[in-house]
Amino acid sequence: MIAENPVTTPVYTRKDFQSDQQVKWCPGCGDYSILAALQTVLPKIGVKKENIAVISGIGCSSRFPYYMDTFGFHTIHGRACAVATGVKAANPELSVWVITGDGDALSIGGNHTMHAMRRNIDIKIMMFNNEIYGLTKGQFSPTSDLGLKTKTSPMGNIDIPANPIALALGSGATFVARTADNDVKHLTSVLEAAAAHRGTAFVEILQNCVIFNDKVHDDFYSTANRKEKVIYLEDGKPMTYAGGTKAIVQSGFGTLSTAEIAEGEEGKALVHNAAESTGSLAYALSRFTHPEMPVPLGIFRRVEAPVYSDMMDAQIASAKEKRKPDLQKLLSGGVTWKVD
Amino acid sequence: MHETASVDAQPQKVVEVESVVIRFAGDSGDGMQLTGTQFTDSAAFLGNDIATLPDYPSEIRAPAGTVAGVSAFQLHFASLDVKTPGDEIDVLIAMNAAALKVNLADLHKGGILLVDLEGFGEKDLEKAGYKANPLEDGTLGDYRVIKVNITDLTTKAVAEAGISSKNAARCKNFYTLGMMYWLYDRSCDATLTWIEKKFAAKAPDIAKANVLALTAGYNYCETVELFPSNFRVTKAPAAPGTYRRISGNEATALGLIAAGQLSGRETFLGSYPITPATDILQEMTVNKQFDIRTFQAEDEIAGIASAIGASFAGSFAVTTTSGPGLCLKAEAINLALMAELPVVIVNVQRGGPSTGLPTKTEQSDLLQALSGRNGDSPVPVIAASTPGDCFWAALEAAKVALESMTPVILLTDGYIANGAEPWLIPDASKLPTIKTRLHTDPATFKPYLRDERGARPWAIPGTPGLEHRIGGLEKQSVTGNVSHDADNHQVMTHERHDKVAKIADVTPLTRIEGDADADLVLVSWGGTYGSVSSAVDALLEEGTKVAHIHLRWINPLPKDLGEVLARYKKIVVPELNMGQLRQHLMGQLGLPMVGINKIKGKPFKVSELLTEIHAFLKEAR
Repeated sequence: MIAENPVTTPVYTRKDFQSDQQVKWCPGCGDYSILAALQTVLPKIGVKKENIAVISGIGCSSRFPYYMDTFGFHTIHGRACAVATGVKAANPELSVWVITGDGDALSIGGNHTMHAMRRNIDIKIMMFNNEIYGLTKGQFSPTSDLGLKTKTSPMGNIDIPANPIALALGSGATFVARTADNDVKHLTSVLEAAAAHRGTAFVEILQNCVIFNDKVHDDFYSTANRKEKVIYLEDGKPMTYAGGTKAIVQSGFGTLSTAEIAEGEEGKALVHNAAESTGSLAYALSRFTHPEMPVPLGIFRRVEAPVYSDMMDAQIASAKEKRKPDLQKLLSGGVTWKVD
Repeated sequence: MHETASVDAQPQKVVEVESVVIRFAGDSGDGMQLTGTQFTDSAAFLGNDIATLPDYPSEIRAPAGTVAGVSAFQLHFASLDVKTPGDEIDVLIAMNAAALKVNLADLHKGGILLVDLEGFGEKDLEKAGYKANPLEDGTLGDYRVIKVNITDLTTKAVAEAGISSKNAARCKNFYTLGMMYWLYDRSCDATLTWIEKKFAAKAPDIAKANVLALTAGYNYCETVELFPSNFRVTKAPAAPGTYRRISGNEATALGLIAAGQLSGRETFLGSYPITPATDILQEMTVNKQFDIRTFQAEDEIAGIASAIGASFAGSFAVTTTSGPGLCLKAEAINLALMAELPVVIVNVQRGGPSTGLPTKTEQSDLLQALSGRNGDSPVPVIAASTPGDCFWAALEAAKVALESMTPVILLTDGYIANGAEPWLIPDASKLPTIKTRLHTDPATFKPYLRDERGARPWAIPGTPGLEHRIGGLEKQSVTGNVSHDADNHQVMTHERHDKVAKIADVTPLTRIEGDADADLVLVSWGGTYGSVSSAVDALLEEGTKVAHIHLRWINPLPKDLGEVLARYKKIVVPELNMGQLRQHLMGQLGLPMVGINKIKGKPFKVSELLTEIHAFLKEAR
């Protein structure tokens, strides 16, 4: 048996991933903890620093690459997934992270987000969801609640909000998760799991905009509320919450509901299985939205599927097997004739 | 058709002619493009000079028999130097009434008109909008009309192949091709070989039917005295070497593939299918052995965005499109410009604006290419002049993109993209070198430190110690950090401008064709080269003095262009648009100019140019 190559990745610390640029988000912005979390996770994923690329679109969150001491590209509005697709296709060795927001990924960039996920491009999409346009100073976003009053919806938002998790599942993403900026431990563990996944990882990060939509998620995700109103999804474990007093149960065809359970009745709760092949469990969970339902955090779906860059590499290898790259032969192709 | 010599020693009278323009026209399902291509190959193989012009509807299969569904293929072959597919046609093959209706106007008086009688039934005439049958009402009196029951003869000829009657009738294009091979005194061998290669394994019965049809068509002409004589077009003079036929889109793809090889980088093409540019994506994707990664994107924006990502990651990156796609790519082109990453954007121009005329040609994206973006956005623009030149222009666009670290727009057009000509196959070992700005040394690395060309280093992910951040926000000179400093923005705007201006140091000075001492100079660009150059040849032949400058790089312009043009009394700019180059040159050079402008989705006819130029010359006197 051949021994595996020893890991040659240097030992990194969080500091190795901090750039020399001053971080300019508003004091109290949720982005700070997400930046810290990624800088904590990257030293642990076994990838050399020079092989990491962080690609963003436009928005507050998209300033992220400037603060990371990796290769970084702050691109244009909505196109981060498309640029990242090219980065990964050109060099499949790279660990590619997309930083985007609810407006960037779901509104102007919805098309690219969807197609990156359905192609299973091996990129990690971190979508910061604060349900508002922050950089343009407070207009409703595609995830804003109905009725939300903003500068462009003074009488209340009449756009029905998008459901990022449902969209990711519908697009065929092979890793779909939700986490939160105020729960560092959970955030870190989800990002680690995303890094370990081969294929598109879509991570919705509930994030607080302290200026234009402050406390938007607090009703369920604050330390005080999360115990009652958040379900932590854990593979192979019964889905209970509220200190084990409530559970997710199956209710009729394809739907789930909540039920109160007594001590020792955990068996009534549905067991979470992110690898469930049809994706219907993950989809049913994606429909749990506040305030009607407890909000699931964790990995909704994690399945294996062919990875785009693997297939692309295989086609190039196969083409090379069949035909030598002979430029002269290519130029001379087809019917030729000589003039003396 | 210009007849030069007369009777040959053979029993059948063979008349030698210098130049022939032939147009195959039929319903879009009649296989006219294939017939035309086969005839072209045989002409090229015999050493004729050639130029072709396919003309097909944007509908894949418009209602059969209607004028909307007419597809045509025009070929100009000659024993002379050929630069255009020809103004007027000598021989028109009309497979139905609609094909006659659409194409008759271009057939010169006395020309040969071959019609398939089966395409002139009552319904066909009605669909074509004829009230009376033109074959009978005397309207074709000026032409040599040959009426043949082609479909019927074909069906009988292929009977022994045992294919369905529908498929049998479809062999009529090969029957017609056989007739034309006889008429122009050339053998069917090359096409017989082609049929064998194409169909024999997959569909032996179809192969047999096509062989029977082709041979029967040829023999029919030999037996029945349809034509008073047949014609011979001998070899055209050409530089020694090995030639092939090449279309503009093929040549563009080959140029891009060659550039990838010469740069030593992998090639990435991000593209969304669009007429008339799609062939380039198709051609590149079948050549993956050259480390070509083709990505059929979800839209035009993703096409270029993925290319920019690939360029960031160290690939030679390309995106291909046509006008409407260029509109969508504008913002991303500016990202490449700001990030100073090499990307080649190929725009195969078509009739615009909006969806416009997808299958027709035009030169109306020039101003968009030069300045259709926000901010002061200097992007180098190069235009190919002929189908074969697309190879060299693509190579040059790539070289400049990679050596100056900039997006470059390559303009071709539907006319040269789909048109074909003989192409002297270049020696791959003698192609120009491409020296990329790849950087590996962390000690000397500054993301926006420029070299003598004004280019910044190409520091790609995977290189230890070169981690850095770029983006669309204004950069601080040298460091590349985000900067909103007012003075720095002025500095950077100049740096970006100067970098593009410096390209003129390595591109050729103005080249004057025709008579440099003339009073009148024609300034053209792109795919009109063949027509304008032919007009200049004709003028010189008749003793009229005229100079011609054909521009290749439009940004930057040749350094001496203003000085050269200032010597002329009259500057005439012929273009297939409302005067975009003229407007650009007048703004850049401050010289008065006049235009010849055609916006019909079609190339210039040499005769049209001659009429206009003569009018200008008269005015000048």
